[in-house]
Amino acid sequence: MIPIFVLLTVLAYLLSSGLYLNFLYTGKEVTGRLATVLMFIGLACHYGALLARAKAAHSVPYHDLQGSMSLFGWLLAVIYLCLEIYHRQRTVGAFVVPIILAFFFAANLVPDHPPTPSQPHGVVFALHVTLSILAYAGFALSCVLSLMFLAEERFLRIRRLGDVVWRLPPLELLERMSHTSVLVGLITIAVGTALGFVAVDRQAGQHWYFDPKYIVTILVVLLYVIYFRVARTATWRGARASILCVFNFILVVLSFTVVNIYFSSHHRYF
Amino acid sequence: MEIVLVGLNYRTAPVEVREKVSFSGDQAQRAAEELKARGILEETLVLSTCNRSEVYGVHPSANRKSAAALRSFWSSFHEVQPEKLTPSLYHHYDHDAVRHLFRVSAGLESMLLGEAEILGQVRDAYLKAHEQHVTGPVLNRLFQAALEIGKRVRAETELGTRPMGVASAGMKLAERIFGKLNERSALVLGAGTISEQVVSQLHDRKIKRLYLMNRSREKAEEFAKQYGGEVLNWGEWDTSLKFPDVIVSAVGVQDYLVTKPMVEKAMASRQNRALFLMDLGMPRNVDPSVGDIYNVYLYSMEDLTEIVKQNREARESEVPKAEALVEDHVAKFISWQASVELTGVLDTLRGNMKQRRAHFLAERLAGMNHFNAEDRERIGAMMDDLIEELLLHPAERLRAEKQVSRKIQNVEAIRDLFLHDREKS
Repeated sequence: MIPIFVLLTVLAYLLSSGLYLNFLYTGKEVTGRLATVLMFIGLACHYGALLARAKAAHSVPYHDLQGSMSLFGWLLAVIYLCLEIYHRQRTVGAFVVPIILAFFFAANLVPDHPPTPSQPHGVVFALHVTLSILAYAGFALSCVLSLMFLAEERFLRIRRLGDVVWRLPPLELLERMSHTSVLVGLITIAVGTALGFVAVDRQAGQHWYFDPKYIVTILVVLLYVIYFRVARTATWRGARASILCVFNFILVVLSFTVVNIYFSSHHRYF
Repeated sequence: MEIVLVGLNYRTAPVEVREKVSFSGDQAQRAAEELKARGILEETLVLSTCNRSEVYGVHPSANRKSAAALRSFWSSFHEVQPEKLTPSLYHHYDHDAVRHLFRVSAGLESMLLGEAEILGQVRDAYLKAHEQHVTGPVLNRLFQAALEIGKRVRAETELGTRPMGVASAGMKLAERIFGKLNERSALVLGAGTISEQVVSQLHDRKIKRLYLMNRSREKAEEFAKQYGGEVLNWGEWDTSLKFPDVIVSAVGVQDYLVTKPMVEKAMASRQNRALFLMDLGMPRNVDPSVGDIYNVYLYSMEDLTEIVKQNREARESEVPKAEALVEDHVAKFISWQASVELTGVLDTLRGNMKQRRAHFLAERLAGMNHFNAEDRERIGAMMDDLIEELLLHPAERLRAEKQVSRKIQNVEAIRDLFLHDREKS
């Protein structure tokens, strides 16, 4: 049987996604507000689903791949809603909510293995994981915003302005929003990584050991710092910075998948 | 009761006729007062814009004669021979008048399909008439519904969202890049009609800094006086292209006024911040290769005309949706009107029956002296109760009728069967 929170989350995100799309096409303010309300409801139900999963597994939600994906989706929703409220811009929802929904679906569709008991790792470790996943969510959002920037810029250049382009956020706002989400990502990944070292130190009594994930994470941080620095310079401002942002996120995805699965010994699902 | 409308617009009358018979604010007020005072209309409202002049009114009886009276009033008010004015005038009654007003309010009857200004003009006309106490319950309800449908059409369809003029399309495009323009600066080259339209659009958007440049400095200064802004010397390209985020050029020149090296230099000094260029000159003022420069968005008159054309087509495709909304509101209004009329007809019928009862009793009881005053009063009260009882059931059924057309037929039937003679007399 499908757990009630999973069902409610899917329902709320689906409706919210449909309403955000409708808002993008029609611009009806009421539809937009309703989409946001449903997004909040989805967020609350999603939290409930995460708690239920953790309770059932007698572990933290990020203990397995499904849990990590679900937590990623939830944190993406949190960042998106903060950004929506801060920048008063709803049209991005039509592009972000389907991604959140896809992650939630994937988390709940991937065959569930019986939960394996895990050793408690403590609060510092929990913060390390949560902040790292939050950083990935921030980077994912900046990637979506950069893709939107590139698409809108292209449409403006080739003068193809359909129904949707008139409703998309202005290019400069998309740039600002992307900066904000990269900033969130950078701060959280920096703090998260530092906490990771502390957690290792506590658990293993070891200050340093090599994991390829470190190299990739440092590279990711470095590239996002470069993006953050160059995005407002004369040469990179605009489309070039957006391309760099998308490229950086490809590296994040590789770190999340290939590096974790084939190279890292201590990082499985985040 | 009938709702009547008499008017003319850009489709039925040339501008010379429209100018001659339009109503200024004072004239509209005077005309409305005279129409009421002379008993031509019970309620009245004059709507007069540059593209249309219309008089709406309510006449107590539905005799379809009020339009003729209104036409003749209009001719005499403006001292125009009726033969010259009448061919330009159209008239509508009841449903058709309601539908016409709703279409006007929705922008469906406008020269520029879906334009927003008409809604403000309808609102102003209504507020003035309401303050003047020339409207009544019917016109109040009608115009409130018209304002509601106007807003609904603009909120629920694409009819009012896309820009329809070259200047406004350009401004909307600039907003796609920068967002609101109130923190931006703009440079307008030229001081002709198109430049003025652009300056007016920038002024409406509260542009932070406006620079004006024209070969004849005096004309640019006139603009600056009217809209605000700073006049720059013609030809100071190095300094003038550096600061503005939006540059609009509409100058009559043979060679390119703005070239690629000039813009490249400007972009270098503005750290490649986005630059929006609108070339509205004929022939072109800006070298088309300027559009290849990174972060420069160049739109020519041809591009903007194409966008406006696309927008017009998009607006036209929204017409059926807007018309469906109009019809929905017409049905609601007619239903309300039928209910009001039904109440009125039943009240009149009740009044008539009681009056007939009074005559009847007075005649029949004249020779019956054994009835004292108290007895007579009691008999009268009993007969009134009987009238109420006889009317109660049919009235309930009439009110419960859901089908508007049937409700109206019933009202007309009561009028014909029981009230026609009295109305005639």
